[in-house]
Amino acid sequence: MLTAILTGFLFSIFLVFTGRFFKGKLSILASLIPLGLFVYFFKYIPAITNGEVIMRSYEWIPSFNVNLGFKLDGLSLLFSLMITGIGFLVFAYTSSYLKGHEYLDRFYGYLASFMGAMLGLVLSDNMITLFVFWELTSISSFFLIGFNNTNPASRKSAMTALGITGIGGLFLLAGALLLNNMTGTYSISEMLTMSEAIRSNEFYFVAVLFLFGAAFTKSAQFPFHFWLPGAMKAPTPVSTYLHSATMVKAGVYLLMRFTPVLGGENIWNTTLVIVGGITMLYSAVHTIFRTDLKGILAYSTISALGILVFLIGLGTQEAFLAAAVFIIVHALYKATLFLVTGIIDHQTHTRDVTRLSGLNKIMLPVGIAGILAAISSAGIPPTIGFVGKELTYEATFHSETLMVFLIIGIVITKILLLYAGFVAGIKPFTGKLPEALEKTKKPGPILWIPPLLLAILGIVFGVAPFIIESSLVKPVVEAMGADASEIHLALWHGFNMVFILSLITIGVGTALYFIIKPSAKLEQGIARLDFIAPENILEKFNALFVGFSNFWTNFFQNGYLRNYISIIILFLVVLVGYIMIGNTSFAIDYNSLSKITVYEITTTLILIAGIFYTVFTDSRLAAVAAMGVVGLSICLIFVFYSAPDLAMTQFSIDTLTVILFVLVLYKLPKYLKLSDYKTRVRDGILSSIFGLIITTLALQVLAEPVSKEVGNYYAANSYLEAHGKNVVNVILVDFRGADTMIEISVLSIAAVGVFGLMKLRLKMKDRRRYADTSLNAENENKKK
Amino acid sequence: MRTTIILKTASNYLLPVLLVFSIFILLRGHYLPGGGFVGGLIASIAFILHSFANGLNKTKELLIMHPGFLLPIGLAISFLSGLAPVIFYDLPFMTGLWSHDEIAILGSVGSALFFDIGVYLVVNGVTLTIIFTISESA
Repeated sequence: MLTAILTGFLFSIFLVFTGRFFKGKLSILASLIPLGLFVYFFKYIPAITNGEVIMRSYEWIPSFNVNLGFKLDGLSLLFSLMITGIGFLVFAYTSSYLKGHEYLDRFYGYLASFMGAMLGLVLSDNMITLFVFWELTSISSFFLIGFNNTNPASRKSAMTALGITGIGGLFLLAGALLLNNMTGTYSISEMLTMSEAIRSNEFYFVAVLFLFGAAFTKSAQFPFHFWLPGAMKAPTPVSTYLHSATMVKAGVYLLMRFTPVLGGENIWNTTLVIVGGITMLYSAVHTIFRTDLKGILAYSTISALGILVFLIGLGTQEAFLAAAVFIIVHALYKATLFLVTGIIDHQTHTRDVTRLSGLNKIMLPVGIAGILAAISSAGIPPTIGFVGKELTYEATFHSETLMVFLIIGIVITKILLLYAGFVAGIKPFTGKLPEALEKTKKPGPILWIPPLLLAILGIVFGVAPFIIESSLVKPVVEAMGADASEIHLALWHGFNMVFILSLITIGVGTALYFIIKPSAKLEQGIARLDFIAPENILEKFNALFVGFSNFWTNFFQNGYLRNYISIIILFLVVLVGYIMIGNTSFAIDYNSLSKITVYEITTTLILIAGIFYTVFTDSRLAAVAAMGVVGLSICLIFVFYSAPDLAMTQFSIDTLTVILFVLVLYKLPKYLKLSDYKTRVRDGILSSIFGLIITTLALQVLAEPVSKEVGNYYAANSYLEAHGKNVVNVILVDFRGADTMIEISVLSIAAVGVFGLMKLRLKMKDRRRYADTSLNAENENKKK
Repeated sequence: MRTTIILKTASNYLLPVLLVFSIFILLRGHYLPGGGFVGGLIASIAFILHSFANGLNKTKELLIMHPGFLLPIGLAISFLSGLAPVIFYDLPFMTGLWSHDEIAILGSVGSALFFDIGVYLVVNGVTLTIIFTISESA
């Protein structure tokens, strides 16, 4: 199982090194990887149907109870199949969609690592592992959303998505730590057995809040939903994969996974119903006011996620069943619609729904896929969408409180979703073909086969729901802690209240489709209310925050080295001085100090002279040279006290520092601004106090009895164990070799940093491209 | 940069001497004062002196490759010397491995020496990269 998860990452690393040699010829190979994984997970279906749960565990950090524990049960199997199955289609689709793109390999690399992270997420049984994969999905989606990195809007929405989902990840980590504190384990399976104890724990409430924070941000629940429409700046395959089928469902997955652990209490259920309810209604209403196909789909995705959260919140076996079916329904129709939108965008170069119609004359198979998906999303028989909708209504009907309100809410949502599905899936393909689109080229089969396949699956599952009944749906319901033995999926439920509601939904929704035409006017109308939208409130808060941190930075980090040093020294003086007040007994044992020789006196005099010269000279160069003198005098002192190693190193370092200083000074302007009298006095006082404190501190340290144990150990063992007589060097390369290893790594990073800052400039071509895009963005802003 | 004939001539002789000295310092580090860190610093001083006397381009020609390449090489040598006991003898990471026979000047050779060589290369690479980069971007 670990191999399955790592495949994605391995492939992604492989591409980094080989991508440039293949230049896009890897597309076929790339789509074989998710296909292989799909087959791998598919083979587990019989076992899972029989109620088996497959566990694998690999040690990672045993001392912290963190292992790579994986669990394959109904829930994770459903998600794994979705990730790999839709992944396969998206990979294949991309090979045609981004054909010849300069960075196609890079794109596949991101996509593959995303797939790996997502698989790890749904399979993890250990909460820390879960957290790691959770954040990995955020990071890889950041790369994918910002794939068009020359477009400022793309970059911005990638940042927003990363910010929101990343913060959610931190909530998850906090929740994991808290739950570990409560139960003593990170394993979710073990937590399952302790569900009672967790719910009666006094921190239960906080743990629930943390998990909600994670789930709501990831699954774009109100008021964190706004990153998702922004994320539509990504290429369409990404939108399909991340924002309809997989990543955004991670939050839903988390809620489902923790329902048996934390669920059942009022706070869990009520909150989920409220948040899910608001989200589904809010964003369903939004779909009316969008003209961008992707915008419509994004909002209807949020709405669907709201429905899922709502269903999980209802907390009954029926609701879980409805959620399980609806996940499949939504994945199938939404992925189809996104892929269809991608094709339209690719062929016609527009996604403005008001300008699209009659396209089925050009791309009939795409049209069929779109219309089938729209029917499924509308819940019209005989699609699986119909089954899903019936179950949802049924579950809402049996809710204990406020049933009427919930029913009204879900019906309105479904009506609006039907409208959105029709606009996205049917509108572009019916009616008259506008002149502007007459010359549109036909899309290739690799483009239209994936959506058509998904759309047909929606019908197949609808006609024969028993295919998914015991293999996929039942195990999910069981994994959520409900009894699944009575479940029976059927297309025809009989003529009852639910069916009447269905008829109303379809009737009103269809009427709505014919009455309201999406138009730019509507979109502008709603834009007037933007100032109270959560994203704008956040933006204002953001601006405030940036303003404050600008002030803060300018105050403390104003770019003058002298100020930094003054602040650091002042801080030390206050801190150390405060501790020393009242704690210093000045018990200096003068007898323990050795006699001063004439060499030492001379060296110290040179040292003092050097310091005074550094301070009072007018020339930078002279100051640097005098500093060098100070350093060399210290070398001499080291030599007196028989530390040749130190002296040698200090000597070399000192020389190099002086050289570096001279090199830098060479570039500074000639003009030297000397401090005025006041500043000099201030600095003088500050440094005198600092010197005094350090001297006292040093004497104080000497007066303390020193433990020689460590030193003795090194001295005694350096030859015996490390074959070296030079203890200093043995410590460096042997006893504390790992330290040195890390140190040289840090040094290397510093060198690379210097090199990068001074040398690497963007290539001329890239620079021009950046300039162009930001210029365009500016112009657009001006026009507005 | 104007330089005197004396410095130019001296640096030509000093470069090999300093380099040999730096290697000497590196190799004897295990028994006497010295080691990879100081050795690396001395070597880089030798090159910097050469560049001051003859100009940066001459020194670069001498080095053949950019000093930045020394970083990965040095890191790899150090890391592999730490990894060798894990791979060959199934001992913990960074366990010292030692040859049985002593070699004349070096004493017994062990993985620590290779580790030190790695440090030597990295230190050299870091100093030269930083100083060359800064002096180039005039």
